[in-house]
Amino acid sequence: MPVLELRDIRKAFGKTTALDGLNLSLSAGEVHALIGENGAGKSTLMNIIAGTIGPDSGSIQVNGSPYTPASPLDARKHRIALIHQELSILPHLSVSENIVIGAENSRFGWLDRREMIRRAEGVLSNFDHPDIKPQTPAGKLSTAAQQVVEICRALAANAEIILMDEPTSSLQGDDVRRLFTLIRKLKNDGISIIYISHFLEEIREIADSYTVIRDGKDVSEGQIKDITDDLLISQMVGRPVDNLFPSRKPRSEPGEILLEVRNLSAPPRLLNADLELRAGEILGIAGLVGAGRSNLVRAVFGLEKARAGTILIRGREAPARNGRPSTRVSEGIGYLSEDRKAEGLALPLSLADNVTMTRFSSCARFGWIDLATQRRQTENLIKNVGVRARNAIQPVSTLSGGNQQKIAMARLIHQEADVLLLDEPTRGVDIGSKAKIYETIAELADGGKAILMVSSYLPELFGMCDRLAVMTRGRLSKSLSIAEWTPELVLQTAIGSSREHAPIETNGQ
Amino acid sequence: MDNEVSQIFEPRRLATLRKWLTIFGPFLGLFVVILLFALLTGSPEKYLSLFNIRIVLSQTVIVAISAIGMTLIIISGGIDLSVGSTIALSGVVTALCINSSLDPIAAVGAGIAVGGLVGCINGVVITRLRVVPFIATLGMLGVARGAAKWIANQEPVNVDPTWVNNLVVTIPDPSWILLAPSVWITVLLAIVMAVVLRNPVFGRRVFAIGSNEAAARACGISTDRLKIWIYTLAGLFFGLSGVMQMSRLRQGDPTVAAGTELDVIAAVVIGGGSLSGGHGTILGTIVGALIMSFLRNGCQQMGWANYVQEIIIGAIIVIAVAIDQLQSRRS
Repeated sequence: MPVLELRDIRKAFGKTTALDGLNLSLSAGEVHALIGENGAGKSTLMNIIAGTIGPDSGSIQVNGSPYTPASPLDARKHRIALIHQELSILPHLSVSENIVIGAENSRFGWLDRREMIRRAEGVLSNFDHPDIKPQTPAGKLSTAAQQVVEICRALAANAEIILMDEPTSSLQGDDVRRLFTLIRKLKNDGISIIYISHFLEEIREIADSYTVIRDGKDVSEGQIKDITDDLLISQMVGRPVDNLFPSRKPRSEPGEILLEVRNLSAPPRLLNADLELRAGEILGIAGLVGAGRSNLVRAVFGLEKARAGTILIRGREAPARNGRPSTRVSEGIGYLSEDRKAEGLALPLSLADNVTMTRFSSCARFGWIDLATQRRQTENLIKNVGVRARNAIQPVSTLSGGNQQKIAMARLIHQEADVLLLDEPTRGVDIGSKAKIYETIAELADGGKAILMVSSYLPELFGMCDRLAVMTRGRLSKSLSIAEWTPELVLQTAIGSSREHAPIETNGQ
Repeated sequence: MDNEVSQIFEPRRLATLRKWLTIFGPFLGLFVVILLFALLTGSPEKYLSLFNIRIVLSQTVIVAISAIGMTLIIISGGIDLSVGSTIALSGVVTALCINSSLDPIAAVGAGIAVGGLVGCINGVVITRLRVVPFIATLGMLGVARGAAKWIANQEPVNVDPTWVNNLVVTIPDPSWILLAPSVWITVLLAIVMAVVLRNPVFGRRVFAIGSNEAAARACGISTDRLKIWIYTLAGLFFGLSGVMQMSRLRQGDPTVAAGTELDVIAAVVIGGGSLSGGHGTILGTIVGALIMSFLRNGCQQMGWANYVQEIIIGAIIVIAVAIDQLQSRRS
């Protein structure tokens, strides 16, 4: 008997149908992967199971008896826990408080601190993570450690069904491995897990069975070992995807150097970085999270104060130490933030406002925005980047993650920047949108733009870049042609394990 | 390379120093204010005399009691702008009850209860009607003030002398209790609420919703019910402030305490509370209220005009928050 069974679940938000008759069945002690593009309905489904929202129709059974949660509290009572994609940590509270919150040990409302800490230590001992102490404020932990705290919260509540919504999106190498070890341990203890991820490699490693969701329906299900990646992808997208990465036009001669960075330092995360970026090429920056990759692009764009160094834009020196984004934009540099929600887009504003924001002058006369021009420009651009939207005046927040990211790309195109700094351009984006974003980036490069691309996803760096450099603890390696790198070498360099082999520039210091 | 890596982490000693500074910053501010005026007035023995301290403390009571309630609200990530109006309403209600020859105890209870009712309505409007706290309580600011004027017939309600009138006197009777009864009540309530915020589940949940409301809800906390409780509890404190205000004026004045909400919010903020929620202590709040009282009193002793106090207090609020910001940015 399945521990969790969903039958014919339907849910609509206004006119948009999120779930359209979905079925799902989860057996005891299995890891069940939920696969689908962004906007396919996975998050809605998770929220329904976790009691955050109610379905319009359909039935859910837990251990054979009907389950209609009215609130997250109900879900908790049925031993169901959701681990969110965006971490839901209470930063001001201690680790132990975060773990027991909502199910505190208390007598007459009085908190039993000793018991609380004992329980927290009990679940924390499942992890080999000595930095996480029960008394530390959770806000001071690294993202990976915060994720561990969240999983401990589910364990402390004696969850039997754990829903994990892209749990590795904020984790790195070692922590991913730790998470997988833990998932296997949970599985052995008879806990069932629904696992959402965009990474097929991960799913293949950790999941037993799968369900593919497309447009709110379950399109296929089965054992993960019985299906190929290609088939999975084509079921997700609904059409065969033959080649994720577009072919590039080979250039006959190297383009002009548009951006030159010498000795740029913003300690402690960025130390003496050198790079050259030519028109028509894509330079990739690989490295671990926290190695200083984002600090590099942010320092170039003037979002972070550089302490020393020189920046040359088209051979002209631009102030490196007190550069500001506003001057960088006027110098023809564009920036795509890795944090779409907090920094990349103004979510409540319309597509048109978001796309034209960096260059309102293109659709304004005497300081007045000509709305018709603004809409026309936006409509052309969103057609180019393949955004699926009703119109140009709907708020960006109504789009799926992938389409939001395409809007951010459209803004860079509208800005007519010559140098594009892209920080994790496909983070949290579904495969279909990824392909479209790759295509857009390749078109821009072929059109003579210089592109710097920071990414944690190695296949995309190898698929897209002409040259690649690796960042290790604030230091940028020499950039070499992509043919000279292998994934193993990139990883070795990133970890800094084989210093004598890896081409790391130390600049004498 | 190892050297540079160690630069990433701040030396332990500095971190400890900063931690102590955050905790004792408000105390330091209070100390500086007292020292400054003790020297400026040229007669420290007068500024720090029992008589003057009695005056300052009894002047602090009304703001301090409300600020205890406001601390709860601000930690939870909310705000309440209806404090001044609630004080006036509950003062009028207390006065009317005393005049209708109700037992003074019952009258005081009615005054406090009215405050709780106003808070409860605020909480319900905020959670059930999904009106943001700023707007909901801005509306209540008008409604409660209007209601006070209405039931008082738009004029102050004079009361017959009872023990209620002696709660906030400068020189208490019997004099061996040293400070006015209201001061002791404030101290007691501050201690109780400081404990409530620290240990019981309720207090930790107040921090939880201020820290990350969505996460708190996902953890199975009924955030709506909790918020209604927070606003109601804070309302009881505002009601008690109203009783104290009535006691001090010896009448229920429906036009009194206009703008007090800003003093109350300022006390919490000077004491380290953060308007974005998750931060704040009762002790800090009380110190914040004391800083403002000692400043006002000092300015009066110096014979400075009212506007000087206003400018100084305004500047202090901004400076206190700016220092807080600088600290959190560096850490």
